[in-house]
Amino acid sequence: MIKFTDVNYHYKQQSFHFDLEVEAGSVVAILGPSGAGKSTLLNLLAGFIAPVKGEIKIKDLSILKQAPHQRPLSILFQDNNLFTHLSAYENIALGLHPGLKLNPQQKLRLHAVSEQVGVQNLLDRLPAQLSGGQQQRIALARCFVQDKPILLLDEPFSALDPVLRVAMLKSVKSLAKLQNVTVLMVTHHIHDALDVASDFVFIDQGTALAVEKIACLNTTHNNKQLVDFLSAEMNR
Amino acid sequence: MNKTLSNLITLATLIATPVFAASQEKLTVYTYSSFASDWGPGPKIEAEFEKSCACDLEFIALDDGVSVLNRLRLEGNNSEADILLGLDNNLMASAKKTGLLSEHNIDLSAIKMSIDWQDKTFVPFDYGYFAFVYNSEKLTNPPKSLKELVEQRDDLKIIYQDPRTSTPGLGLMLWMKSVYGDEVNQAWKQLAKKTVTVTKGWSESYNMFLEGEADMVLSYTTSPAYHMIAEGKNQYQAASFTEGHYTQTEVAAVVKSSKHKKLANEFMSFILSDAFQSKIATGNWMYPVTDVALPEEFNQLVSPAKALSYSSDEVAAKRKAWTKEWLISLTD
Amino acid sequence: MPLPNPLTVFVRLIKPVQIPGLLLSIGIFLFVLMAVNALFAHSPVLEVTAIWSDPYYRHITKFSFYQAALSTLLSVLFAIPISHALFRREFRGKALLLKLFATTLVLPVLVAVFGLLAIYGNSGVLAGVFEYFNSVLPFSIFGLNGILLAHVFFNLPFACRLFLQALNAIPDKQHQLATHLGMKHWNKFRFVEWPQIVAQLPHAAGLIFMLCFTSFATVMALGGGPKSTTIELAIYQAIKFDFDLQTGALLALWQICICAVLAIFIQKLSRSSSLTANYQGPKNTFYQDSWIAKCWDFSWIIVISLLVIPPLLMVVIAGLNAQFFVVLTDIKFWLAFKNSLLIAFFAALIAVSCAFFILLASRQWRLIGFNGHADKIEMLATIILVTPGLVISTGLFLLLREIGHFSSLALYIVIAVNALMALPFVLKSLSLPMLHNAQKYELLCASLGVFWWHRFYWVEWKALRRPILQALCLSFVLSVGDLSAIALFGSHTFSTLPLYLFQLLGSYQMQSAAVVALVLLVLSVGVFMVVEYLFKERRTQYD
Repeated sequence: MIKFTDVNYHYKQQSFHFDLEVEAGSVVAILGPSGAGKSTLLNLLAGFIAPVKGEIKIKDLSILKQAPHQRPLSILFQDNNLFTHLSAYENIALGLHPGLKLNPQQKLRLHAVSEQVGVQNLLDRLPAQLSGGQQQRIALARCFVQDKPILLLDEPFSALDPVLRVAMLKSVKSLAKLQNVTVLMVTHHIHDALDVASDFVFIDQGTALAVEKIACLNTTHNNKQLVDFLSAEMNR
Repeated sequence: MNKTLSNLITLATLIATPVFAASQEKLTVYTYSSFASDWGPGPKIEAEFEKSCACDLEFIALDDGVSVLNRLRLEGNNSEADILLGLDNNLMASAKKTGLLSEHNIDLSAIKMSIDWQDKTFVPFDYGYFAFVYNSEKLTNPPKSLKELVEQRDDLKIIYQDPRTSTPGLGLMLWMKSVYGDEVNQAWKQLAKKTVTVTKGWSESYNMFLEGEADMVLSYTTSPAYHMIAEGKNQYQAASFTEGHYTQTEVAAVVKSSKHKKLANEFMSFILSDAFQSKIATGNWMYPVTDVALPEEFNQLVSPAKALSYSSDEVAAKRKAWTKEWLISLTD
Repeated sequence: MPLPNPLTVFVRLIKPVQIPGLLLSIGIFLFVLMAVNALFAHSPVLEVTAIWSDPYYRHITKFSFYQAALSTLLSVLFAIPISHALFRREFRGKALLLKLFATTLVLPVLVAVFGLLAIYGNSGVLAGVFEYFNSVLPFSIFGLNGILLAHVFFNLPFACRLFLQALNAIPDKQHQLATHLGMKHWNKFRFVEWPQIVAQLPHAAGLIFMLCFTSFATVMALGGGPKSTTIELAIYQAIKFDFDLQTGALLALWQICICAVLAIFIQKLSRSSSLTANYQGPKNTFYQDSWIAKCWDFSWIIVISLLVIPPLLMVVIAGLNAQFFVVLTDIKFWLAFKNSLLIAFFAALIAVSCAFFILLASRQWRLIGFNGHADKIEMLATIILVTPGLVISTGLFLLLREIGHFSSLALYIVIAVNALMALPFVLKSLSLPMLHNAQKYELLCASLGVFWWHRFYWVEWKALRRPILQALCLSFVLSVGDLSAIALFGSHTFSTLPLYLFQLLGSYQMQSAAVVALVLLVLSVGVFMVVEYLFKERRTQYD
């Protein structure tokens, strides 16, 4: 589904190298210490930055020439996912048409997805009138109305309390399954990964390990950095 | 975006511009504001001229004579003006030097001034003498000479005009120069001590004087005539100075780039007609240049012992340096 | 650990969205050069040395410096205790007072001058009081006194606002900490409040100095003769009265050079201040009060109120005189009124559009950390701040005079020059909101594909409607009150309200002038109020 082939990127003194493959329908947790390159991986895929060399393919088609919005993926940032001056409805509708001109089908879809995400009663509110969790749900609804086969999560729920965070992740997972969406999520909570991910990839000092089944994420893994990271995170 | 904007602006200007019904030939005259104002001679002269010419005469009013000349200089060969009216003898040479004025071919024989006017470019339309005007009810012993005013009368407060911006101001500068010559610096400094303020234009200072902010104001020997005729007040007088008074002659000229030369020449002849000249004494409060009858109040006015003046060429050559002299005396 | 900035995608490339802004900026800069050059070209005899060695021009350079330095010193110095007092005290009418502060800087100069004359002039209120006690006013408002008074009237409230903003940015926790550590007035001022003010000081002082240094209408109205003349006024006199275009252009270059040196000096001096738009600030109730502190604070508040309020009040009172209906039924008044509205409206529109495009270009660079580039491009467009409007309008006319007649070009030129003169202020007021908007939404817009018109409408306009409208109002009011662009083009048939006011003052028609001043005041303050009222944040309901 997603394939990074010998992708290189440099920023200041740091260099990054990614070589990995993600299967369709999986929920992949991207793990690793701060600054290791988790967000860089997502930014490369989303098209906010361009690799120095290498190839990124989705469904066997190169996406390097495509602008961020043309790529078959939607993205949820850590913050600033919503335009604070637009209502929840307008924020979601921007995912369907950049000028907010929706046809009847699109309107139906918007309402259906809002219901699935559980925000159907909040549509006429402004972001400031919503809680943190509600705001991210609205943003999530926009991701799903976009109807893209891949969803990128850049720690969007990290500011929420643990219970809510897990609940949100679970609903992402079930929606993804329902709509057959592949999910890549950056997280530094091991438990989140264990709870919702089907696979994981560990990034350390700009390089990614291969994508492995979540079952392999334990302290008996043969990569020492991963084991150190795991034990440190588990003990927190 | 830009196109729409310019369209909008054009539209707005179109709406704003008054529409002239008839497509008569239009004669545009640049003049100073008091000449064209409702209380000046402009409207009457306009009506008189339009009676005879079947044309449309338009005055464009600028601040003063200096502005009239500078507007023409700025516009160069693409001016709307057909005639400049209101330059004075001191500006003539610099105006001629621009090369933007054309010669007239008017019969000047009607002119009755002390000097024999033979200029080929300019036609005079009135003249007068600068003088300090005072209120005789408040000031009973006015100075008898410029020197007395400058050197002795520390009890007086005066207002005059900036020689750079006003023709009376320039007149005073030349008057001072002609009386004091190379010692004018010292005289300016002495005068500065009794100066309330130096104003940009004549009307500002004259109004301040009328409000009582000064004892004397630089104006014309003819100014009292206004108070006598228009207001019936006799207390305002011009002080007669033994050194003589500086002369101002106001002139008109045809603009070289004018597209209505024939009409313009008609107007130039009209200037010396009785219809025009008879409006001068009680409209512009100056002396007419031809033999038209004057109101009898004009007989009570000061007539200068000597009419002082520099040649226009000398003024053009030295004006800048003399203005500097004035500026520097006032600043250090 | 710095994350790789995703925005470097746009690395070192100029994005299409930046092109209009870059062209505009460079175009404006070239245009200013061309205008100055046109003046030189018109009068080919170069006498550079004649000007530099001229004692009069040396005198006015000195005087420009002297009065600007004094004005700045007085404004900034008094602003410190006053802003501090305003920061510490809550009282009825404080909000209104702060609103008035905001108006003094944009108030048409002649209106303020009129108000000041009505209080401090020879026949003003104060003179009346002295007369009552059989004495005369111990000072004259004409000359240096008047210039300083007017400059302080314009700039002291402005400085107060800047400092107050800085003080309001002190976090709550610091106040709590100060209380916890037992810091009293003086110590708290030294360690907590002063550092905030000092960070704003070079910037505030620099701007005020620049505004006073290039002051035109104030000096023209209150200078009272050739002794008190600034370079800017000398340029006006050279062009308008002597038609000495070359001297005008040379003096303009001289002024630009001085200001450029000054600007660089200030840049070096000031740390980059990151003022948050936190106008409200926390309720500051943590200090221990004393009656001395109370007296001190309220005396300053009374001082500033006495400076700001009476002149404005006098404009209103004097304006409601017997001439009111006479003026309002005069066709000349309405012609000037119409011209003013027309000029101000289009100038505001152009200024804000230009600023918008230029900021689109500069903020793109700020996003990827190229602040130097961004500063430069904004600086290019700001050059007009120190270039006299008259030089630009004269130059522009000389460039265009083959195309059309004076009277047909005048309106366009005045609009263009007014737009240019408002541009630096609009840039300043829009740059932060526009940058914030980009910081928040640049990636989101890229991922959603919201571009061009959609981006403008849904992201910029919808979020920045308030600052944009405020910028429009600001430039509208600046243009409505401007006297320097119209100075050359005005005649008695083509005038604007300020010019009409100037003509009335010039012919000493004080009552009519008072009415026009009142109209200008109402227009300047009213525009802000009307726009605020019309465009209150409105919620819309969706199905």
